[in-house]
Amino acid sequence: MGSNMAEAHPVGFQWVMEAKAKDAPVIHIDPRFTRTSALSDLHVPLRAGTDIALLGGVINYILSNELDFREYVLAYTNATFLISEGYQDAEDLDGLFSGYDQATTEYDPETWHYEGVSADPTLQHPRCVYQILKRHFARYSPEVVEAICGIPKEQFLRVCTAWTSNSGRDRTAALVYSVGWTQHSVGAQYIRAGSIIQLLLGNIGRPGGGIFALRGHASIQGSTDIPTLFNLLPGYLPMPTPAHSSLAAYIESIRGDKQKGFWRNADTYVVSLLKEYWGESATQDNDFCFDYLPRINGDHGTYRTVMDMVDGKVFGYFLLGQNPAVGSAHGRLQRLGMANLDWLVVRDLAMIDSATFWKNAPEIETGEIVPEQCRTEVFFFPAASHVEKEGTFTQTQRMLQWREKAVEPTGDQRSELWFFYHFGRRIRQRLAGSTDERDRPLLDLAWDYATHGDEPSAEDVLRHINGHDLTTGRVVNGYLDLRADGTTSCGCWIYSGVYADGVNQAARRKSRFDQDLYALEWGWAWPLNRRVLYNRASADPDGKPWSNRKALVWWDAQRREWTGHDVPDFPKDKPPSYVPPQGAVGPDALHGDDPFIMQSDGKGWLFAPTGLADGPVPTHYEPHESPVRNLLYGQQGNPTRKIYERPDNPYNPSPPELHGAVFPFVFTTARLTEHHTAGGMSRTLPYLSELQPELFVEVSPELAAQRGLNHLGWAHVITSRAAVEAKVVVTDRLAPLRVQDRIVHQIWMPYHWGPVGLVRGDVVNDLFGVVVDPNVFIQESKVATCDIQPGRRPRGPQLLSYLADYRRRAEITATTGTQLATTEPTAAESGRSTTEDPA
Amino acid sequence: MIGDHSLSGPLDDVAANAGHLDHPPRVGFFTDTSVCIGCKACEVACKEWNLVPEDGLNLLGMSFDNTGMLGANSWRHVAFIEQQRPLGNQDTGLAGLPTGQSGTGQTTEVVSSALRRAERGGGELGTSPLPVDPQPVDSQPQNLGMPSFEPPGAATGAEGRTDFRWLMASDVCKHCTHAGCLDVCPTGALFRTEFGTVVVQQDICNGCGYCVSGCPYGVIDRRPHDGRAQKCTLCYDRLGDGLEPACAKACPTDSIQFGPLDELRARAAQRVEQLHERGVTEARLYGHDPNDGVGGTGAFFLLLDEPEVYGLPPDPVVPTRDLPTMWKYAGIAASAFLAAAVAVFVGSTR
Repeated sequence: MGSNMAEAHPVGFQWVMEAKAKDAPVIHIDPRFTRTSALSDLHVPLRAGTDIALLGGVINYILSNELDFREYVLAYTNATFLISEGYQDAEDLDGLFSGYDQATTEYDPETWHYEGVSADPTLQHPRCVYQILKRHFARYSPEVVEAICGIPKEQFLRVCTAWTSNSGRDRTAALVYSVGWTQHSVGAQYIRAGSIIQLLLGNIGRPGGGIFALRGHASIQGSTDIPTLFNLLPGYLPMPTPAHSSLAAYIESIRGDKQKGFWRNADTYVVSLLKEYWGESATQDNDFCFDYLPRINGDHGTYRTVMDMVDGKVFGYFLLGQNPAVGSAHGRLQRLGMANLDWLVVRDLAMIDSATFWKNAPEIETGEIVPEQCRTEVFFFPAASHVEKEGTFTQTQRMLQWREKAVEPTGDQRSELWFFYHFGRRIRQRLAGSTDERDRPLLDLAWDYATHGDEPSAEDVLRHINGHDLTTGRVVNGYLDLRADGTTSCGCWIYSGVYADGVNQAARRKSRFDQDLYALEWGWAWPLNRRVLYNRASADPDGKPWSNRKALVWWDAQRREWTGHDVPDFPKDKPPSYVPPQGAVGPDALHGDDPFIMQSDGKGWLFAPTGLADGPVPTHYEPHESPVRNLLYGQQGNPTRKIYERPDNPYNPSPPELHGAVFPFVFTTARLTEHHTAGGMSRTLPYLSELQPELFVEVSPELAAQRGLNHLGWAHVITSRAAVEAKVVVTDRLAPLRVQDRIVHQIWMPYHWGPVGLVRGDVVNDLFGVVVDPNVFIQESKVATCDIQPGRRPRGPQLLSYLADYRRRAEITATTGTQLATTEPTAAESGRSTTEDPA
Repeated sequence: MIGDHSLSGPLDDVAANAGHLDHPPRVGFFTDTSVCIGCKACEVACKEWNLVPEDGLNLLGMSFDNTGMLGANSWRHVAFIEQQRPLGNQDTGLAGLPTGQSGTGQTTEVVSSALRRAERGGGELGTSPLPVDPQPVDSQPQNLGMPSFEPPGAATGAEGRTDFRWLMASDVCKHCTHAGCLDVCPTGALFRTEFGTVVVQQDICNGCGYCVSGCPYGVIDRRPHDGRAQKCTLCYDRLGDGLEPACAKACPTDSIQFGPLDELRARAAQRVEQLHERGVTEARLYGHDPNDGVGGTGAFFLLLDEPEVYGLPPDPVVPTRDLPTMWKYAGIAASAFLAAAVAVFVGSTR
């Protein structure tokens, strides 16, 4: 679901094909029939943005037919736990949960917490998680799924039976998602919904089960582990806020009170990280330089930053391996932001659209950017490609694989490592001798990496990431070796062990034919080379495999340790029957049957008492832009989604607002195998460009007939932000859906084209506005509403007036789409029809 | 020197027949189209390895196929076929949706009418844009205006499309047992390798083009700017180094399998059987039969429909198959002429 694996991850898809060859049924749930569907046993088309309704339907099917893996659920999830008396569900509050503040559009999660440590093993208590879940999803019936998603009931039931009948003691089912799930205003809850199903069916921590997040690029997993995100430090440590006045306060906020599990050891991770950053300058006396860390005080995400650029609050910008002029939502906003900087640094393989926007952005034609007047000074640095530098890739299984340098980079091309190492070195040179306090964090940095010539050694960087025992100078063998007293350093605690025994474990390449199925000697997976996370759950509470067929790790009573095909993701010598003493905390507090060792209660969370901004249980909300009213609740969309109310970021109206019919179709985008995301690595290459040479828009034959669109003729897609033209491809791979009492048509476009390269085209992401998920600030760029018309779009200034006319017809103002809470019926709803079109 | 089956029919040892006395086993490709995901990695890997130039940046409207056909600058070609028929027991999820008629008729008409008007009638497929009518008169859909939300039941699905499948298949030179291109090559530029494959030697080819008309599959083609014939070499240089061809190496799902032909044929037979058991009864092999018109091919295929659907000839025949008979008839004719001429002279002496 939310993944076109065969097209976007063709190399990984070989394993799906291998499973299929062994008779595993493959189901593809996606708005359109793709190359993945072509190889699946069952394709289920659904309306984009309605996955939670479908998944909620599956949860309801499991619970109402008692098809959950009861022993697993009782032992390993929080199904039995009781929730606070003050908790009110979306069922009680018309789509909102208790704690919602209309003014801030945020939740106070106080009432979602557990009621002490009470639990009901009979699952009968009305406030136990199991019963809450049952009530919450009770209305997600096959009929409701059909009415919301457009999936015929029989088809939906086929999904339910396939999923449930392939789960249990002897069988497991795997769930795969990609950015078709994440890029939504309620994206984190999509994944939560999938997790609930997989927990109910006992598919987590077991071989062949799990949830696979296929990442958007090579090593995107790595760039969240050692993050390029504003709100995280390495190893998923949160970025400090001004409230964290001391190191102790910061650490306490991570590990909480009497918390079970390995987050309790956060002090060792944090202090070791600070020691790695600031070396000898970091001492017990100065809180290990904790105050050198920047603080965040709100949304500093990429979209907020771009708007600040437009508003003149940001002066410089680095782009590394990113092409926001094409690849980010609301491309026009991106380009206008970049056009209002003092300087812009672009490091890439080719002169990408984001480096040349000042002379060839679509805004030149409309007069919004004038090259002669554009103030931004662009510095372009040619980058070495992945074959021209050494280092690791971290893939979706959390596996690090070492890559050798195959050829020397030519000309001025340099690795990222080279760039940043020397950038830091030169800045420190410039600042040397400064007495300004604000320069201390830079001057005190332990900038001490080994080099080969002037190229920093990537192996040495990996060693620093792994961490050292500073008393002996030797590398540590894992995060269990880390200390909070300043005697260890570690650049990323979850990667600790990648250099265990002084060996680059990521560089191991023992053939899979020379080892067993789990190939533990190929590369290295965090944490501690465990291939299946939470694999304690692959054994029953007594430590025996649930079945021989699905044995992974188990308790060896003779040797009194956990053993098996994988590295046990559990304290190795803790017996299944272990009960911790009163008052134990951290790993010591884990019971012998608490497989979820990173959770504060050791259990898999069917209900999330904390950690989510938009509710403890996933709930069907319509996308920010939707053609229909939410069938289940008065609350239309995610009540906590982040909207940006500004004239340059207009939204198409959605019910209960009027005039949505001006943009009557559902719009979604995806990738093609033949191109690389924003095209920087493919539009410049003839062998890839010729395979998909031109931007096109896919429409069903039904929509083509309705709108007068001809195969290979021109059409343009319109939203309140932009109009984008493309060649029409009429295909049976798209079909209209019946949603509530309407026929809904979906339109699909690939988004790889832009103004530069061998093949050029309009920027599809210009069609999206900026609205983001409140948990992770990811943009909703997999669903919007739109119109489509035959022929090419207007050009130059006429394009602006064409769009203005659309906005006038839809009566769009800066406040359209910004009223988040919709549980009170509006005047519009009680009065006029929502499908009325004033044009 | 010419044996019974040197020009047609089954031939056990093609390499020996071509004079390679001590040679490795005959190798080839088995392309199992039932697992092809249409990623086109084979096309790219082939071009990268063999330095084959780009072949035109044109959207063809033939589903996801923008290569069009095999040619001098495309030695691998992935065909995409959207069809209104089911694939084995696959469920496309179309049943019960408010669909109307299939669009494949319209798309096929647009592409084929363009091909009819194209100068080379498809010869330039993939290399230049097709002349597409902006508004084809005969297939002009009705613009029904603004209403996007039809009343319920407007499309009942009764006449709706329910069956659909999307076939993908990577095509390549067949490396025939009896290769028409090789048989007609006057310069010896085309030759049979010790691996039983057929390769053009660029430095010998004089660009006469006989091979182009000699190939029953339309594979071999001359490169426009230098006129020399080009086609898949089955990565002859890689084979020499014990490596598999670039396309097979790059194929993520093992749709393209490389190996000794005997092993591939055995594996292919098993695969067909397995697919039949799973309800994909339309699975069949193409090119595996040594009794066919080219004596069987070195690159053969598992197809899910008639060969024509993939743009492959249903009954390819090497043009030289009839050579012995033609010579025989030519000989008889010559004798007859001779006899007649003699008769004339004999007659005139009277």
